[in-house]
Amino acid sequence: MDDGELDEVVNEFITESHENLDQLDQELVHLEHNQDPEVVARIFRTIHTIKGTSGFLGFGTLESVTHVGESLLSKLRDGAFPVTTEITSALLAMVDAVREILGSVAGDGSEGSLAYPELVVRLTQLNDGPAAPVEPEPVPVVAASEPAPLRAIAGGAAKKPRKRAPRTLPVVTVSTAKDDSGVLVETESLDDQPVDTVGMLGLQLLEDHKISEDQLAAALRQQDDGDTRRLGEILVEANALSPKDVREGLKTQVEDRPTANETIRVDVSLLDDLMNLVGELVLARNQILQFTQNQGDPSFNATSQRLNLITTELQAGVMKTRMQPIENVWNKFPRVVRDLTIGCGKQARLEMEGKHTELDKTLLEAIKDPLTHLVRNAVDHGLETPQQRLAAGKPAEGVVRLGAYHEGGQVIIEISDDGAGIDAGVLRRKAVQKGLLTAEEAAGRSDRDMLNIIFQPGFSTAEVVSNISGRGVGMDVVKTNIEGIGGSVDVQTVLGRSTTFKVKIPLTLAIIPALVVTVSGDRYAIPQVSLLELVRLDVHHAQSGPNGQGGGGIEWIQGVPVHRLRGRLLPLVFLDEVFGGDQTTSAVADREAYNIVVVQADDHQFGLVVDEISDTAEIVVKPLGRLLKHVDAFAGATIMGDGRVALILDVMGIANHVGITSGERGAGRHAATNAEAADAALDRRRLLLFSLGDRRLGLPLEAVARLEEFRARDVEISNHRPVVQYRGEIMNLVDLGEELRIPRARVDGQPMQVVVYTESDVSVGLVVDEIFDIVEESFEVTQRSSVNGIQGTAVIQGLVTDVIDVRGILDAALPGLLARHTTNRTSEVAAA
Amino acid sequence: MTTSTLSSIGADRTGSDRRFCTFFLGDLYLGVPVTKVQEVIRAQERTRVPLVSAVVNGLMNLRGEIVTTIDLRRRLELPPLATGIESMNVVIRSDEGVVSILVDEIRDVLEVGNAEFEPVPATLRGTCRELVSGIYKLDDALLLILDTDRLLDIPPPNHTVHAHHEQDAEPNR
Repeated sequence: MDDGELDEVVNEFITESHENLDQLDQELVHLEHNQDPEVVARIFRTIHTIKGTSGFLGFGTLESVTHVGESLLSKLRDGAFPVTTEITSALLAMVDAVREILGSVAGDGSEGSLAYPELVVRLTQLNDGPAAPVEPEPVPVVAASEPAPLRAIAGGAAKKPRKRAPRTLPVVTVSTAKDDSGVLVETESLDDQPVDTVGMLGLQLLEDHKISEDQLAAALRQQDDGDTRRLGEILVEANALSPKDVREGLKTQVEDRPTANETIRVDVSLLDDLMNLVGELVLARNQILQFTQNQGDPSFNATSQRLNLITTELQAGVMKTRMQPIENVWNKFPRVVRDLTIGCGKQARLEMEGKHTELDKTLLEAIKDPLTHLVRNAVDHGLETPQQRLAAGKPAEGVVRLGAYHEGGQVIIEISDDGAGIDAGVLRRKAVQKGLLTAEEAAGRSDRDMLNIIFQPGFSTAEVVSNISGRGVGMDVVKTNIEGIGGSVDVQTVLGRSTTFKVKIPLTLAIIPALVVTVSGDRYAIPQVSLLELVRLDVHHAQSGPNGQGGGGIEWIQGVPVHRLRGRLLPLVFLDEVFGGDQTTSAVADREAYNIVVVQADDHQFGLVVDEISDTAEIVVKPLGRLLKHVDAFAGATIMGDGRVALILDVMGIANHVGITSGERGAGRHAATNAEAADAALDRRRLLLFSLGDRRLGLPLEAVARLEEFRARDVEISNHRPVVQYRGEIMNLVDLGEELRIPRARVDGQPMQVVVYTESDVSVGLVVDEIFDIVEESFEVTQRSSVNGIQGTAVIQGLVTDVIDVRGILDAALPGLLARHTTNRTSEVAAA
Repeated sequence: MTTSTLSSIGADRTGSDRRFCTFFLGDLYLGVPVTKVQEVIRAQERTRVPLVSAVVNGLMNLRGEIVTTIDLRRRLELPPLATGIESMNVVIRSDEGVVSILVDEIRDVLEVGNAEFEPVPATLRGTCRELVSGIYKLDDALLLILDTDRLLDIPPPNHTVHAHHEQDAEPNR
């Protein structure tokens, strides 16, 4: 074996061992709570494999450390004594030691200088504990003569992890050599592989409870003694089972086998290269498609359509290769939680939901630390001590819950605890003490706004944390890290009950959806994640007087433009001014309308005024050269369909550049937007006012996603219902006039006014006659209505207005559409 | 220019190390070591980059790679090129990645002898003196060798803005 080959074996060993170790952490913690013999067997097998291989590769320290651990595990497996916290801790320490040694091997090829004598003594003592004599070599290499390891094997294999297990399975079974490489490369057909295959068959049969261990052991012994017949034949002859069972066993085995042999390890850098190439291909595809539009040749068109489809599929496929379940990061949390609870005298249970949710490997790496931090915080600061919990009438054991799911092209990760919650009052006091807010500011903020202060750099210091039952050191770092990958983090709390952190991150970074806008003749891409909505203001409407009554126009405060968007002041940024384009002419004068892209950076909402809004596009993010690294207004660049370069705006960078994020300018106010629905419901509600015929109606604004216009010719019929194509999806249209039996004032040729209602990703378009205004005022529904679909009637702006019940109308008009969808999602989460 | 850098430029140059890709920028006859040059291409469509020094002329798409282009005239504080003349891109590899510098006119790749090397005369002033690492005395011209590293060490935009608008300071804030 030459050096290169050896390196390969060592690398393989390291990679595989690391995977196994991560699983070990989890299993050991699991074992502590549940004395599960199957888990012991699995752990034993993993350690045994590492021990065996390290012996074979000549890693002495590794072998000696794992050897004592293995002895201890074999005792546990035989039920000599139960698993205690002490034993778990020692075994976890052993796992850490193995990890350390492997790290050293991966680094410089040596095992490092540490010999871990203390650990070895500790494990040996535990081993000797209950007077049982030390079993010298419980190595089931020659498994044929020992039934016990077989039980372990079969037990392990019977459970789910069969997909992973086959690799390690044969190592401890019938192969008498320590080298398991024969199995790893095993690809030949069944018939050419008498020994191993039969061994696998034995396991298969054992697993299916067709034969007993003793029968199998006897048959294997017979083979060892020189019987050249196949295992199946021996067993049939011994009347252990029928030929039919053998056939079935073999069949299952063949079906199972591909899972073992069809997975290959691929270098991540190779995947990165592929991803880049696909990025190039996407660009080339975009260019060709653009070219196609100017071409009349039908066969060329067909070809490029095909290219389009293939590219899209290829892109999806390559992206998929980089996807990994979030489980890979979560796996280490049981250990983290265990160590922490022991450290701080708390009791906690970790629950996970949706651990198979997948996301890009790079992102997974990036969220590892922030998530660990959040989990630690949940235990450390979120949960109370058992005494406090009991006093508060809660079970002594706290629950930390991790949840992950996909939503709207993003991955949502929730970390929640059922602890004491965060007291906004304490936060207020602390913020004032720290000089972050004045007393008035603090008092003026809603509880919800106050919560976000935990993400501020100055706030989260150790001192504060120890004083409040709140969140800890470095929440600002968590936020920065998550935002660094285009994500966001948000916190919700119920005092005395729970705290939930909601982390949203994009699925992938390399190709993102973006809005393409034009400013002074240059195109820019705005990542969709920072986008809230688009607003268009007519120029004569917009310039309603310098001190304007602000009928939805642009107003100026000491030269700073703002717009009242649904009753809130939205700071505006004229991008052409910021970018100082070539066209020095006052764009304001030439404009017919203002196109405002409302974006969110941090807690700040602001409007970017652009010349033109072109389209949304999937763009490939390319880094800017090092020369431009310092420009924080741009996140990168991309190549558009015509081959030209467009810059990608970094909304946060622009906010910093124009000073929106400095100071408290509107921070709290805008942060409130999310919570608005809830807050507003208490006293003031915002209503969208519209007309149907001569009736004046209102609908709660929180139900409104967007306002759109459609032309009659856009409407198509699907399933006997009118639909339109909207943002790449099919959207049902519901004529409110019809539903509410109010005759509409139809004007032919005029575009339809449509209110888009969105609930859990399903959008429905409500067709109305005219949209008047959005009001925010306190009103009382004076008259409950008996008419279906009307919540009640109120007097708004001095006029009688019917407030409609959107959900009720939609349930009647499109029975099951929304409800069904909602249930679907719930069951999906539950299933995950 | 100290003698040590001088010798490192003048001496030890063999083969490709003494070959220079030469071009004109107005009256200046300039060269960069051919080992630094990736390729020379015609003018490409460029995308303006706001908020950066005007020396950064824009971004161009070089076979899917995004390359920053440097306006060498601005960098050397020369007047802009007369309209109607297309500049050429000399694409160079540097520590800052692949960068393209815009020049007026491309000339030959020249191999020059050590004997012709001279340090920059002390009387040369301004940016030119900063960016030229030495001069080769050719029969019919003087070839100024550009120091590409220093060339790409572009002063931040604020600096230039203030230099140009000293009277109406801080125009944007």
